[in-house]
Amino acid sequence: MTDPVLAALRDLAEPAPATLADRVVDGWLRVPGPLGEVYAVVGARGVRLLRPAAFAGELDAFLEDYRSRHGRPVRPAPRAPRGLLPALRGRGEGPALDLGDLTPFAREVLAVTARIPAGQIRPYGWVAREAGHPAAVRAVGTVLARNPVPLLVPCHRVVRSDGDVGQYLSGRADKVALLEREGVELAHLEALAAAGTRLVGSDTTGVVCFPTCHHARRITTAHRHGFPSLARARAAGYRPCRDCRPS
Amino acid sequence: MADDEQLRAALSEDLDAGFEALVRTHGDVVHAVARRTAERAADAEDLAAEAFLRAYRALRGYDPDRIARLDLRPWLLTILLNTARNDRRDAARRPRTDGAADPPDRASPAPGPAERAEGTDLGDRLAALLATLPVAQRTAVVLRHVVDLPVAEVAAVLACSEGTARSHAARGLAALRTRLTSTEETS
Repeated sequence: MTDPVLAALRDLAEPAPATLADRVVDGWLRVPGPLGEVYAVVGARGVRLLRPAAFAGELDAFLEDYRSRHGRPVRPAPRAPRGLLPALRGRGEGPALDLGDLTPFAREVLAVTARIPAGQIRPYGWVAREAGHPAAVRAVGTVLARNPVPLLVPCHRVVRSDGDVGQYLSGRADKVALLEREGVELAHLEALAAAGTRLVGSDTTGVVCFPTCHHARRITTAHRHGFPSLARARAAGYRPCRDCRPS
Repeated sequence: MADDEQLRAALSEDLDAGFEALVRTHGDVVHAVARRTAERAADAEDLAAEAFLRAYRALRGYDPDRIARLDLRPWLLTILLNTARNDRRDAARRPRTDGAADPPDRASPAPGPAERAEGTDLGDRLAALLATLPVAQRTAVVLRHVVDLPVAEVAAVLACSEGTARSHAARGLAALRTRLTSTEETS
């Protein structure tokens, strides 16, 4: 005769969800990126880490570094997560990202950076302001220098306000190459910055933009006016563009 | 399912591949105990995953001799119970701000332990009553009777003698039976 209490207790042993192993063990992939192969580490909630192979070195060293830094096991991933390969070709919304190890400030900085369209650049100070911490310009630089998912969160589109492209995780040359692939005319922007022009406005619309904003690129030479600051543009009767939100 | 001898060999040979096999083999028992330890069902998988990650970090520092001597299931369950205890302590020190915990003054739509203990489903009532047992008795009942561990493993997890483990389990079970009867009489 079975004891109903013992039988009911045994029925309380619910099996683990099928997702448990994926929650614990991450997967790695080696896939083509815009400047050569990249290594990616993917967890159950999204891409956790992405590094250019040329920068990260040998795969084994990269994986061992991941295991010791994050204390997480990592095995070959059975397949690429949805959206990763198109995103590395510059298309689509991109894969889900797992940025849960970061601070709320770092996550906000990356969320702001992720909204910069391809072919456009923004200064570090703009990211700081959009992230709600206008004084934290250096901290923004630190967060972006440690971006766990470059290319997917396009930190290469954040540059210095003086026209210099600034630093990049895998070196300035990569940053320049990525921006040029997206059609950013760096020489032209440097010339503008050297002349003290940070923003450009149209005298037909009365709107002032960052020079790479798609609205700014449509302004014809006859109607284009440069400004060293938003304050000067406002003083001349211009209002800031609602898309690129110049600061 | 790999047996523990194979798992220990796999862990020594290739820690990460062996570890995935370890999760697949012992994931159910770790999750089942987590489910009876976590206060909310949704926390059980998080707790189980966190315990496995702690086990992985420990294994990275173990040499093959130490891995060869590991009794995997009680070792994992000990880590799970320590993880749960640390989480409870942290939660008491620092109230969670993610909105996952109900504010204490708001009536929760889910029935509390008292209501569930008076329900009709024997499993629901036992689950609710388990939460009212002293920790040692509850743990012993969960390990011995829910996930069906041998007494020796229950004793290893509780870090006590087999006699004491048997006695915790028996007293916990007796308390459950008494409380079942008393809730039947009052309802």
